[in-house]
Amino acid sequence: MDIKRLPQEFIINLYETMLKIRVFEEKVADLILKKEIICPCHLYIGQEAVATGVCAALRKDDYIFSTHRSHGHYLAKGGDMKKLMAELFCRETGTSKGRGGSMHIASIDMGIMGSSAIVGGSIPLAVGAALGFKIQKKDSVAVAFFGEGAVCEGVFYESLNFAALKKLPVIFVCEKNHYSTHMPISKILADPSIYKKALSFAMDGALVDGNDVLKVYEKTKIAVDSARSGEGPYLLECLTYRWRGHVGPNYDLDKGLRSSEELEYWMKKCPIKSLEKIMVMNSILSEKEMEFIKLKVENEVEEAIKFAKESPKPPQTEDELMLYVFK
Amino acid sequence: MREVTYSYAINETLHQLMQKDERVVLIGQGVTSPWYVGTTTVGLISRFGEERVIDPPVSENCTTGVAIGLAFTGMRPIYVFPRMDFMYYAMDQIANHAANWYFMFGGQLNVPMTIWAIINRGGEQAAQHSQAIHAIFAHIPGLKVVAPSNGYDAKGLLVSCVNDGNPVIFVDDRWLYNLKCNVPEELYSIPIGKGIFRKRGDDVTIIASSYMVHEAILAAEECEERGINVDVIDLRSIKPIDFDLISQSVKRTKRIVIVDGGWKTCGLSAEIAAKIAESELIKNLKAPLIRVTLPDVPAPASSSLEQIYYPRKEKIVSTVQKIMEV
Repeated sequence: MDIKRLPQEFIINLYETMLKIRVFEEKVADLILKKEIICPCHLYIGQEAVATGVCAALRKDDYIFSTHRSHGHYLAKGGDMKKLMAELFCRETGTSKGRGGSMHIASIDMGIMGSSAIVGGSIPLAVGAALGFKIQKKDSVAVAFFGEGAVCEGVFYESLNFAALKKLPVIFVCEKNHYSTHMPISKILADPSIYKKALSFAMDGALVDGNDVLKVYEKTKIAVDSARSGEGPYLLECLTYRWRGHVGPNYDLDKGLRSSEELEYWMKKCPIKSLEKIMVMNSILSEKEMEFIKLKVENEVEEAIKFAKESPKPPQTEDELMLYVFK
Repeated sequence: MREVTYSYAINETLHQLMQKDERVVLIGQGVTSPWYVGTTTVGLISRFGEERVIDPPVSENCTTGVAIGLAFTGMRPIYVFPRMDFMYYAMDQIANHAANWYFMFGGQLNVPMTIWAIINRGGEQAAQHSQAIHAIFAHIPGLKVVAPSNGYDAKGLLVSCVNDGNPVIFVDDRWLYNLKCNVPEELYSIPIGKGIFRKRGDDVTIIASSYMVHEAILAAEECEERGINVDVIDLRSIKPIDFDLISQSVKRTKRIVIVDGGWKTCGLSAEIAAKIAESELIKNLKAPLIRVTLPDVPAPASSSLEQIYYPRKEKIVSTVQKIMEV
């Protein structure tokens, strides 16, 4: 896309958001290794351009529905970092008051409607929200994030069919990160091309370089504009790569699940480094200014860790345990 | 007061709820059909249109999730399963999503959703069109379960379900559809979690719900002729369950027969029995309690087998007689 068409401030925001996710996740990896964070965390490192590019095309009153790999989506949609970190520490001050942990975070005010740890489970929720918008004649859209593992679930196809049938304002964002837990794509999908599945449901779809935040933004904008104007759903396949293992901080290279050549190839395609190059080339930010942003982000993450560590755990009482079972 | 059939009461309630509250949406297989869900949805599609009366493709898991998503936008969905058996397809959305959402995010987002689950047994429909699996849902934290036994309760409980802020399973038995009773025309509500006495007597307590309340009442009447006076408790709500009402009765009668239209093992009757065993009531019982339930067998097709499969009045009467002999 022609980068000059976009305001510089917008591009700098994309950069800062991706950096936020990266630094946050790397710190989380450290904290898991130090056994300070116990609850299982599915890290988003390597996929930052997807959440960032998609959410940049959304409004505050658009809804997103996330998965077990939820941190990136939450931060990109404007979720409060302190509350997220506190949730990973399972504290009372966390997004979900220590009831959800890493896999279950939400911020209703920001349109972050929750994340499901059941593969494909949140896809129909986004479709339902889109139906609600349509019935109420609101021009909001809903986004369902999921990985290619979810494409093996029946509910994915049911949801595509229903959304297309009712022409609902929902964007299906498949983050194809090359693995479904420990299984490579070649072992789970007969046809690895995901965006083409949209054709079977007479809906639009596209493949995009999921490591290029500007391209992800551009495609999502097309999808969102179309959905907002009543043209129905859109299936966006974002090609990216998960740097760490399915869960936790490890790279899984020693377990024979993938080669170091493969990981190195994708690390060279780092979405953040790629944007840095573009920004320098177009004189949007100097190396020095980028350093300044990095420092700012690192401080923000350190503050979030401090906040989380100083926060209380949920009180150990029967009454407290029984809270939130029924409204 | 006028007398109407159970299915008319449901139909009227749906019309009134949708008329009164724009947030109410009906979704589920057969809601535009003149026969699929009996006559309970007649006239809704022509009155409220396809946007609020949605007859979706048979994608139960997806469309149950759709109903949850609708609730997140402020709507009040009623999702109907024309057979309870089909709910297994939607188990993930009901149990993993609807039931957990409010708790899992620390009370940020509740799911005001009614899941209207129809039991349609008998008629040689066999194992996959006859199931009464209310106990499975009662097991799951975050779900409420109600089971009316007549048109009056159906109306009041359906109103409570739609107004409740949580996912509520409204269990509906097709064997009730043609039964008549007095039902006020205007909307009213019956509290979830409260049961009611249908008959009073000091010798035995029969605890029942849904259609089995009728068989219990018929049995109680016959027992009365034989000189045995029976308390009949209609639970109305399966979860939360009105254990105070059970205690009140059992303290007097000290004899208990639990009647349930579901299976025995780990079923509703097992839960009630366990609650009694955990309470002081057990110390004063004159006889061990007895359960009248379905056998732990899938529903057979042949009517000859159906007749021994589904417990009726006779079985309850003989059970009451048996417990009186102890």
